[in-house]
Amino acid sequence: MRSVIALMALIAVGPALAEQDNYIDAQRGKALATAGDCIACHTAPGGKPFAGGFALQTPFGAIMTPNLTPDDATGIGRWSKDNFARAMHEGRRPDGTYLYPAFPYPYYTKVTRQDADAIYDYLRTLAPVSNVVNRRTLPFPFSIRTSMWGWNALFFTPGYFAPEPARSEEFNRGAYLVEGLGHCGACHTPLNAFGANKADRYLQGNAIDNWIAPNITNDSQAGLGKWSVEEIVQYLKNGQTRTSLASGPMKDVIENSTSKMPDADLKAIAVYLKERGAAGSPAPAPLPAGDPQMQVGQAIFTDTCSACHASNGSGVERLFPRLAGNAIVKQDDASSLVHIILTGARATGTDARPTSPAMPSLGYRLNDSQVAAVVTYIRNSWGNAAARVDADVVRTLRGRLSSAGN
Amino acid sequence: MARRLPRKDVVVVGLGWTGSILALELASSGLDVVAIERGPWRDTASDFNIGTAPDELRYAVRHDVFLRPKQETLTMRNNPSQAALPIRKWGSFLPGNGVGGAGVHWNGQTWRFLPDDFRIRTHMIERYGEGIMPEGNHIQDWPVSYEDLEPYYDRFEYVAGISGKAGNIKGSKQPGGNPFEGARERDYPTPPMTQGYAQTLFTKAAGDLGLHPFPRPSANISVAYTNPYGCSMAPCTYCGFCERFGCSNYSKASPQTCVLPALIREPSFEARTDSEVTKVNLAKDGKTATGVTYVDLNGEEWEQPADLVLVCAYSLFNVRLLLLSGIGKPYDPATGEGVVGRNYAYQTGSGSTAFFEDAKFNPFAAAGSLGVALDDYNSDNFDHGPHGFVGGASITSAYTNGRPIQYHPVPRGTPTWGSQWKKAVKETYQRVTNVGAQGSVMSYRNNYLDLDPTYKDPLGRPLMRMTFDYQDNEKKMANWMADRCDEIAKAMGAKTTQVNRLNVPWNVVPYQTTHNTGGAIMGSDPKTSVLNRYLQSWDVSNVFVMGASAFPQNAGYNPTGTVGALTYWSLDAIKKYLKSPGPLVQT
Repeated sequence: MRSVIALMALIAVGPALAEQDNYIDAQRGKALATAGDCIACHTAPGGKPFAGGFALQTPFGAIMTPNLTPDDATGIGRWSKDNFARAMHEGRRPDGTYLYPAFPYPYYTKVTRQDADAIYDYLRTLAPVSNVVNRRTLPFPFSIRTSMWGWNALFFTPGYFAPEPARSEEFNRGAYLVEGLGHCGACHTPLNAFGANKADRYLQGNAIDNWIAPNITNDSQAGLGKWSVEEIVQYLKNGQTRTSLASGPMKDVIENSTSKMPDADLKAIAVYLKERGAAGSPAPAPLPAGDPQMQVGQAIFTDTCSACHASNGSGVERLFPRLAGNAIVKQDDASSLVHIILTGARATGTDARPTSPAMPSLGYRLNDSQVAAVVTYIRNSWGNAAARVDADVVRTLRGRLSSAGN
Repeated sequence: MARRLPRKDVVVVGLGWTGSILALELASSGLDVVAIERGPWRDTASDFNIGTAPDELRYAVRHDVFLRPKQETLTMRNNPSQAALPIRKWGSFLPGNGVGGAGVHWNGQTWRFLPDDFRIRTHMIERYGEGIMPEGNHIQDWPVSYEDLEPYYDRFEYVAGISGKAGNIKGSKQPGGNPFEGARERDYPTPPMTQGYAQTLFTKAAGDLGLHPFPRPSANISVAYTNPYGCSMAPCTYCGFCERFGCSNYSKASPQTCVLPALIREPSFEARTDSEVTKVNLAKDGKTATGVTYVDLNGEEWEQPADLVLVCAYSLFNVRLLLLSGIGKPYDPATGEGVVGRNYAYQTGSGSTAFFEDAKFNPFAAAGSLGVALDDYNSDNFDHGPHGFVGGASITSAYTNGRPIQYHPVPRGTPTWGSQWKKAVKETYQRVTNVGAQGSVMSYRNNYLDLDPTYKDPLGRPLMRMTFDYQDNEKKMANWMADRCDEIAKAMGAKTTQVNRLNVPWNVVPYQTTHNTGGAIMGSDPKTSVLNRYLQSWDVSNVFVMGASAFPQNAGYNPTGTVGALTYWSLDAIKKYLKSPGPLVQT
């Protein structure tokens, strides 16, 4: 019997080698799909991974994400490698019709053909899942896919990533990941009225899904100016630095994607981000402590927040974010801070740092002006300085969150 | 008829401290582990929200995280001549319910027992002769020594982040620590808590009396800490909501803060909550367990086959499960034979309440284990010769809380309601403190647990019956300790004091301590113990039983530190068992 197996093994040598190559490509593809966080958008709540059906919220309506498993009828089972590469590079389906840029092909166009192929190889290894997704959820006129021809003409330039020869290999690796697969700009770059990136404000922060994806350029007021490369790596790896914790949509990005990426890639991203952007606008003068709204805010902070975040805003490493000097606190748009207070938030948990600490919702017992006061106080204490927040801002966000089911 | 589920490597009964530690360690070594817990899932952020966690009515008065007597209760009597009646509301002790068990609502006092505690019978007879042993006692040496357990105490303390000051590192005495403690390899992982004014007075007074006060080891931790499992804790805020409450600040060591975040990431671990294990199933030979039977919330019965059964419920319920499963011979006080239910023990409380003229103690700035203690009168740290009793007590000045509903001490003789009562509350609240003695209870022939012949639970199974009273030895000890507390209270400068003596007979109504021990004890002889020195059942070698049910008698300390140490000690033995199944100690 053993000799038969040995013989079969011999016979299998040719194809087995080819298979092995495929295996390596699929493994690489898995790592690339992880870096691209494909699973996040292509998995419905409670659904099978990559089987689609997730309602992606855009300013134009919800887009249901398609099934990426190799199912012939409902997935990409009939797609060829070229079909897949074209979708990534040009944002078009095999039949030539247009995909919506909610699928971030304006970023994926930078992905090399070799990497796109590897991702395709990986997706082919998934078990096919039959999952019919209703792809016609956008209202008129956005339901007309042909309209994307015009959008593309205005806002989309296909083109593979071109390294800057004058910069380091590490910087270029970071640039490739951030500008391409990582599609960081999809959340962190402001959009124009047509939903296209404002290229001149690349990575300078953007409101998304009732949160602020903050400025991640080297801006020292609202961005990463005061973060070291090592801190950025730690943040991407575990969702934590000495002073901050990730929550909101970034928690998912870290748990699904960046925590599983190689340290060298994270460092490349950090090196690239630290070389982006300028100093930004100077910090405003903080509101005086005697300001009536500040006094109300301080009283609320002392009663409600100081047990965890400490009365000097220093927080507790790995559990309660530091508020003094925290970039989220100092964003022009205070949505993230207000959102966290209204709904609560849970921070990232990873294998290395499994505690996934959470802050409870306080929206049920603080009214709009109380939230505005405590936010204003936090934004203007312990060295922080940022514009006052009015109760109207809280009221609007509370309404949006409440209609979104929070 | 129970529906049979696919086999697992390990089934864990109860998901408190011991169950969660074993589940994590075994699941991370690749075994398929299922934990079955009769109460609900509990998580810090969702269940102990900062806005609702400090709700004294819900938790302290209405017992939100405790077992409901409808789920399980006991019948109780003081001696075998009485008829036992069911407890309809928990009072004297408070068993936990749900994931985390009593590790959610404990105070956090985390002690190591003293070296002499583990060989108390031999030691006392060596030093004082047979005559010192009390009548009817079942005092036994432990089958392990302090030295055996030291590395495991250390492991538990580092998982829990305990705050404290070592008194003895590798035999070298450390100023400010407990000079009586056994030698430890290294100091506590975090420094002691900040003490209050009463503790300052106590430290001074006790020092002047030639005693040796030190900060009490605390699971309400003093500084931010990340444990070896990667789980993080925050500094205690001294809010005074520990015992009876879950901690909302990630400050008190509990399975929720120290173990579960890592455990729930283990792919081979599964928890089934709201499911009560009704029986450990045995093979025909009676020497092997085949798994457990449990009932879910809908009353559906399931059989969970497993190669290894770890009984990790609260001490009293471990004993009942063994009795209901027919593991080990039940103890019979008439003949003195049998082992399951034998050596049930408890603790004594006595002390002195001290009323000051001008002090302002701010009792609300408190924590479950905040306090200063001394061990001069614990174990055999003092000459028992002149006193005629065995055992001792740790003596403490502490504030666990100053909560509005239940904390309003007034001098004895004050009316219990009305304007005079209110006036006394107002005058006393800031000016009163207490010096307390938590004392050991030895084991006796007539203090034991068995199945009740009359009362049954909703599933038709007999309730467990507790037969317990304080014996003369404990009365003598506790009352002598009360006088020592009073001396210290007076030396602290109290204007008046009230000595609190031990009330006999023991009464199940007022809260005393949840430190129930014994009933499934470890020992070196199967005739007088249920478990061998590795907490393995003598009779059924693939059953291990964790918890304070293994203590041969109780010491003058809170039990959780020793429960944690025994868990890690047993874990190492379980790993050996897995390589070569069978009894780890030959009889």
